[in-house]
Amino acid sequence: MSAVMITRKVRKWEKLPGKNTFCCDGRVMMARQKGVFYLTLFLIVGTCALFFAFECPYLAIHLSPTIPFFAALLFLFVIAMLLRTSFSDPGVLPRALPEEATFIEMEIEAANGNVPAGQRPPPRIRNVQINNQIVKLKYCYTCKIFRPPRASHCSICDNCVDRFDHHCPWVGNCVGKRNYRYFYLFTTSLSLLTIYIFTFDIVHVVMRSVDNGFLNTLKETPGTVLEVLVCFFTLWSVVGLTGFHTYLISLNQTTNEDIKGSWSGKNRVQNPYSHKNIFKNCCEVLCGPTYPSVLDRRGLMQDDMPVSATPAAPSSSSLSSSNPVPQTTKTTAPLIPNEHTPDDAKPSIADSAEKSPSPREELPPAQKVPPLASPETDAETALAKDKIH
Amino acid sequence: MAETHSLQDLRQQPAVAAKVFLQRDYTHGTMCQFQTKFPSELETRIDKQQFEETVRTLNNLYTEAEKLGSQSLIEGCLACLTAYTVFLCMETHYEKVLKKIAKFIQEQNDKIYAPRGLLLTDPIERGLRVYEAGSQTFQLVTTKSRVPETLYLD
Repeated sequence: MSAVMITRKVRKWEKLPGKNTFCCDGRVMMARQKGVFYLTLFLIVGTCALFFAFECPYLAIHLSPTIPFFAALLFLFVIAMLLRTSFSDPGVLPRALPEEATFIEMEIEAANGNVPAGQRPPPRIRNVQINNQIVKLKYCYTCKIFRPPRASHCSICDNCVDRFDHHCPWVGNCVGKRNYRYFYLFTTSLSLLTIYIFTFDIVHVVMRSVDNGFLNTLKETPGTVLEVLVCFFTLWSVVGLTGFHTYLISLNQTTNEDIKGSWSGKNRVQNPYSHKNIFKNCCEVLCGPTYPSVLDRRGLMQDDMPVSATPAAPSSSSLSSSNPVPQTTKTTAPLIPNEHTPDDAKPSIADSAEKSPSPREELPPAQKVPPLASPETDAETALAKDKIH
Repeated sequence: MAETHSLQDLRQQPAVAAKVFLQRDYTHGTMCQFQTKFPSELETRIDKQQFEETVRTLNNLYTEAEKLGSQSLIEGCLACLTAYTVFLCMETHYEKVLKKIAKFIQEQNDKIYAPRGLLLTDPIERGLRVYEAGSQTFQLVTTKSRVPETLYLD
């Protein structure tokens, strides 16, 4: 039985876990639901097209040709920022490879010690001190990592994102560390563009009405009505959003932190990331270094690479040895599923301990058990809030 | 207490070489810094000073990459004015330093760690989350906890 294997070069993005879609062979990365993004694009391009078609010829002649010129510049900038926000990696943290995940789990078990049967193990939280403030790092059960400070798990994209701000359906992507400044520039430039178009629509209507009368003007340039409507509603939302994000930037906070009230001042907690200086905060967020993507989407998969997507056994790769460590510690330490075990399942904990080998490697069975005041309620509410945005 | 518990675990297990994961050091904020504490598994393999020197140099390189200096400011402003199209032609400062880091790790592996049967993995391959030092011949997971600031309490 001889077979000639033609192996296609597989790029890493094809094997990435999470619910993202990739285009252009891994160069473009977006969320799965892109409908609202297409709507955003359509509204911007459509309104600007109407502006260039109806208003610009008149204004270029009667006022100045620089008006359509600056409108075109603004429009191109808005589109560039929108595409940059939508297509770039927001700062996704790669999931832990099997060895790292097992290493972390062992650290946790070692620290927990022997939890008596029937008792819930303590929640998986790490406390670190950042600039004299205690910050809790939560464990992400999906990504199998302790989330760095300011990172959060987006349930829509199913990824942990560094400096997670929110998931924006309008741009079809999460807004995080790597694309926050593009998002902010997008909202700012869109506000300017909206104000620009709205102002010149009014100017155009007024100027034409003086010559031809109001109703005739509307008949000659029906696009104006549509533009004014779109701009009017856009103004309220986008300008408001820009203002809100300007406020957040000046305090060096994320939308996620603002909603959760992480640094609201209760219990004397203060934002440890703020430089206490508006200018410095703005500089850091807007002019800071451009962080590289740590995902390596376009790298080529090597045949022996362990895939972190499979939560199952430490992989078939050459990296795992003949005696995987988990076997030796299973009998001593309590396991992940126990954290979610409700009170009425306590008698069956002895059974679950016997079944330990398999649940250790699989998370889904644990998640099916309804948590009873589980340590993850915090994370669950956070996830629910992530979903809202 | 956590450490003695895991030491007992270690003794129960077959003595196989391991991978050690050094975690990030968040005491100064979200800047990329790794903990310089020397993991005890490597005590027999490499000199403590040498290892800490490597991590310290690495930390300095990351500080240089993320520095909020005039260079990053100018780069940011220029990029913004060109709608970030300038990055199609030139590398960002961070990417340049990452290349330096990759070269540094390669050098360290060639000169110091490979002769001792160890291999350092560039943190960028682990999402800048951990700094991995592993044995080249055996690759298994270690059990030692190396996070001094860890508290597993409510």
